[in-house]
Amino acid sequence: MALKRNVGFWQGLKYKGGGPMWAWILHRLSGLSILLFVGLHVIGAFLTAQFGSDVGIAINVIYEAWWFQLFVYFGIIFHAVNGLRIIILDFWPALLEYEREAIWASWFVILPIYFLAAFSIITHALGG
Amino acid sequence: MQRRIPARAFSFEYIMWMFMRISGLTMSILALVGIGYALYIGARTQMDMGTLLRWTFFPIGTHVAASDIAVLEQWINPFWTIMQYVMILFAITHAFNGFRMVVEDFMGAGWGTQLFRGLVALLWLFSLFIAFNIIQTSGAI
Repeated sequence: MALKRNVGFWQGLKYKGGGPMWAWILHRLSGLSILLFVGLHVIGAFLTAQFGSDVGIAINVIYEAWWFQLFVYFGIIFHAVNGLRIIILDFWPALLEYEREAIWASWFVILPIYFLAAFSIITHALGG
Repeated sequence: MQRRIPARAFSFEYIMWMFMRISGLTMSILALVGIGYALYIGARTQMDMGTLLRWTFFPIGTHVAASDIAVLEQWINPFWTIMQYVMILFAITHAFNGFRMVVEDFMGAGWGTQLFRGLVALLWLFSLFIAFNIIQTSGAI
């Protein structure tokens, strides 16, 4: 039996959960996006290889576009580093006391890696 | 309303909970191995970001042949084929279980959940079939 929750979407957004709440939301959002985009990419590759279909090429033109990659990279890097944080906290529950600090630490890992990757992508896209 | 807490047991949910952690850790390690090897064979000066990431996540034939440098002879061996299979098996299972967890958070219990789980299982098998087919036909080994 599931919990009965009379909480709407907009009400839910007002919940002041802070860092852990946003990490939770972003983790789910990035996970679902990766499933969608990489799934489409794989299906596109399959269609192109097996049937020579143009649909696969059309999908991959979008998927491989540099502005689209900026989103994909963020999703993957965030999901990976935040996932490692979850693994560490789950296997050593004593550390849960420092969950907020752990989330700050994970952002200090995510942002430099992401901006390095984004810098490389953008200079490559604009500089040719 | 009292929330009913499931008894601790070696249940499906527990196994999947454990699987999500273990596969996440495994995929991180596999990705680091891929990045490490790509850098070792000269990614720093000879690959762009896309090629490096192809090496990282899914070094199949079409991906590697799309890069600027001829690395095929360093890549066609059973080690990288095994890497591809392990990576794609973990990735697809991790992804569809995550999808199932997110959706079931918005579902009650009942026959709808069972139906949904059946659909996810079918999608999971279908994706595995497609991905294995891509690995087989990509010119590996």
